Amino acid sequence: MSVLLKVNNLSGGYGQEPVIKDVSFDVKRGDFLGIIGPNGSGKSTLLRLMSKALYPQEGRVDFEDKDIRRIKLKELCQKIAFVSQETLINFSFTVWEIVLMGRTPHLRRLQFESSKDLAIAKKALSSTDSLQLKAKQINQLSAGERQRVIIAKALAQEPILLLLDEPTSHLDIGHKIQILDLLKKLNKDTELTIILVIHDLNLASEYCSRLILLNQGGVFKDGEPSSVLTYQNIEAVYKTAVVVNKNPFSSRPYVVLVSKENKCRQH
Amino acid sequence: MNLSNQKKILILFLILLVGIALGICYGSVKIPLRELFSQANRNILQLRLARIVLGLLAGAGLGISGTVLQAILRNPLAEPYLLGTSSGAGFGAALGIFLGLSASFLPLTAFAGALLSIILVYNLARQNGRISAQSLILSGVIVAIAVSGLIVFLVSISSNQALRGILWWLLGSLEIYNFKLLLIVGAIVGLGIVPIFILSQDLNAISIGEEEAIHLGIEIETVKKILFVVTALITGALVSVTGIIGFVGLIIPHMMRMVVGPNHKILIPATCLAGAAFLILSDTLARSLFPPIEISIGVITSLVGAPIFIFLLRREQRVK
Repeated sequence: MSVLLKVNNLSGGYGQEPVIKDVSFDVKRGDFLGIIGPNGSGKSTLLRLMSKALYPQEGRVDFEDKDIRRIKLKELCQKIAFVSQETLINFSFTVWEIVLMGRTPHLRRLQFESSKDLAIAKKALSSTDSLQLKAKQINQLSAGERQRVIIAKALAQEPILLLLDEPTSHLDIGHKIQILDLLKKLNKDTELTIILVIHDLNLASEYCSRLILLNQGGVFKDGEPSSVLTYQNIEAVYKTAVVVNKNPFSSRPYVVLVSKENKCRQH
Repeated sequence: MNLSNQKKILILFLILLVGIALGICYGSVKIPLRELFSQANRNILQLRLARIVLGLLAGAGLGISGTVLQAILRNPLAEPYLLGTSSGAGFGAALGIFLGLSASFLPLTAFAGALLSIILVYNLARQNGRISAQSLILSGVIVAIAVSGLIVFLVSISSNQALRGILWWLLGSLEIYNFKLLLIVGAIVGLGIVPIFILSQDLNAISIGEEEAIHLGIEIETVKKILFVVTALITGALVSVTGIIGFVGLIIPHMMRMVVGPNHKILIPATCLAGAAFLILSDTLARSLFPPIEISIGVITSLVGAPIFIFLLRREQRVK
């Protein structure tokens, strides 16, 4: 598979001291990449640097062999879509209006959506199983429904790369699985490349084909879940003791947390 | 745009036409429609038409500015006067009156005051080339407070006659005798509305969040700067001829969002029409309630606007 996104010696952040320090890796087309790491390790910052929401202080990000700084934001957004952790919307837009906004990068100013745009938006809604929500107001939906609609908006952009920043952290386990199953399906069926920041190590292990473990702004480990999610790596980065088993169904690594009390008892 | 929204726009347009007709016929003297165009009434007709045009400009301009600011600041309390423009204009006018300048200079000093406060607020709010919604609101409010202090200072050292002039100016009125001035204000408001129309899809994206808008391909810093400057110019131009007419820029956008929804492609024309109709009708009431005395239009906009607004708000809460 060819390389879609190339991160080269990237550093960046918000103040003088960069959050992301000298990070390099490649993302191939069709990858399902999970970015994990403790709070403050720079996961979201890395994602924002890749989406051009944040400018790098050093290094560069190449998308389809071109420096993203030299790609117009509007053109980039025709190919890269972004889903944030939780999108709170103050105004009472309908679900349909929100999903149609995904067509914005493809429209010229003052241009109304064509029937093709409407068809794409409708397809995005049905692929996220939320066509029945079409006429509802976005601020009347449950958190799970809202996140599905926000993903539908991202899909309406017809991206080839989807970036997601902890898209399931506000959802219960049922909705977490629902969203991640949906992403997996899109990844398989349409070869949509997915880069996902995720806190839950077990979900990361289950769904991602590759993981990058960040620590203090740098890449600590990059590889398949089985090589990244070892108890040595996790203990070194998260500073907490864990036991890593295997999920009996998928035989992927399964991380078991251990409380301090129980740890003492064992010794 | 679906059919029902088209109908709503049409209804708003009809209300505006009715408002214009009433505004021409009613006032301190009532003129029947067929005598309106007679030679004897020519001066009255001219003056009333000028007021109606100014009402149209002020209603549309303040309404659209309020809509834009509420969207880019994502703050429901935002309105055209929030960012200190009106206080700046008020100070310019008060200074002009205090110095005893002739009335024809007042719009000029007021506009200069508005421009100065815009530049001040803009530069206070800018950090590393970016303008955050919060710092814009804060610097707007702070500049407004400081300038209001200066106005009070001028008022307290003014003579009685100047005092009345300043007070009348601060109360706001659609009275206008200078047609050239009307033309200039019309040009500024008209030219200002164009970029807002063009950026209506960008406004939709920004109103759901700045981060969201970036990821829909919108250069938000540029768009925000254009919109801030344009709304400030519209407000500054209007305030310098009408004085401060409160409430329109705050409630008309809210009312129209309840009526046509938050999509700016429809919301913007709706607020233009509704704002214009609301101001023209309010001005007609202000002129004809207690002839020959004219009540300040701000009294009407607040006393009529507040109940309508509360009614719509309660109804919406019940629906939910």
